[in-house]
Amino acid sequence: MYVEMAESKGKSRLHQQIDENLKRVYEEALNEEIPDRFKELIARLRSKEVGQ
Amino acid sequence: MRDSQVTGGPGGTANTPGTPSARGVFAGSSGGALPAGARDPRDELPEHLGALRAFAISLTRNVAAADDLVQDTIVKAWTNLDKFQPGSNLRAWLFTILRNTFYSDKRKTRREVADPEGIYAAALCEKPSHDGRLALADFRRAFDQLSPEHREVLILVGASGFAYEEASVMMGVAVGTVKSRANRARARLAEMLGLEEGEELLSGVDGPTLAVLGKSGVRAA
Repeated sequence: MYVEMAESKGKSRLHQQIDENLKRVYEEALNEEIPDRFKELIARLRSKEVGQ
Repeated sequence: MRDSQVTGGPGGTANTPGTPSARGVFAGSSGGALPAGARDPRDELPEHLGALRAFAISLTRNVAAADDLVQDTIVKAWTNLDKFQPGSNLRAWLFTILRNTFYSDKRKTRREVADPEGIYAAALCEKPSHDGRLALADFRRAFDQLSPEHREVLILVGASGFAYEEASVMMGVAVGTVKSRANRARARLAEMLGLEEGEELLSGVDGPTLAVLGKSGVRAA
């Protein structure tokens, strides 16, 4: 446990806070609605494959 | 969209099912038949669209460019599905195609795909911060100013929970390079935010966060 704490000390608070914020920035992008064009694209690719 | 077993949870499980070795992510010797329990990547692909797009937005910082990049990635992935090893990490494979496409486009056009008008940044700023516990806008601005390579490594290992080993395969560099690049990127962010070790990044840390931070044993060093 002590070793683990020493390690998380190496991974400083600043480091942890940066990662927390990175996750938030990424989550924001993740929560955006996916445009229909991609679902349509996949449907087109699928139908092409079936047609072959 | 927050599917579970594919990438592993935050922190990154190194032992992704079906990814026995680093090379396993790519080396495809798909004999056609899927291993038991493996899903057809065509069925699985739509589940990764959100993550792909988020990664693309992180790299380009421009929604229009990100969407073009995702579109190219889907088409490339679809036409190269025979190179995908069934049962291995599809998200990692797709991310790899996406970042390779991004860098090769960038080399070809030599055009900076930034967001000069700040359209994306502005759109994001309109969102109310629901917890109000940090200067997220400042952080985002600093993140936007990082090089794409720095944004990439931070998103892979800092935000989406890939292990260093996985990121190393995806980025095509040594594990040590991933680590040092991530550290340099974090240092650069801290520098831009005017932060040094021991300083608070959050303007008003809430109780639970403080408790967690306190417990992690990082008192003023």
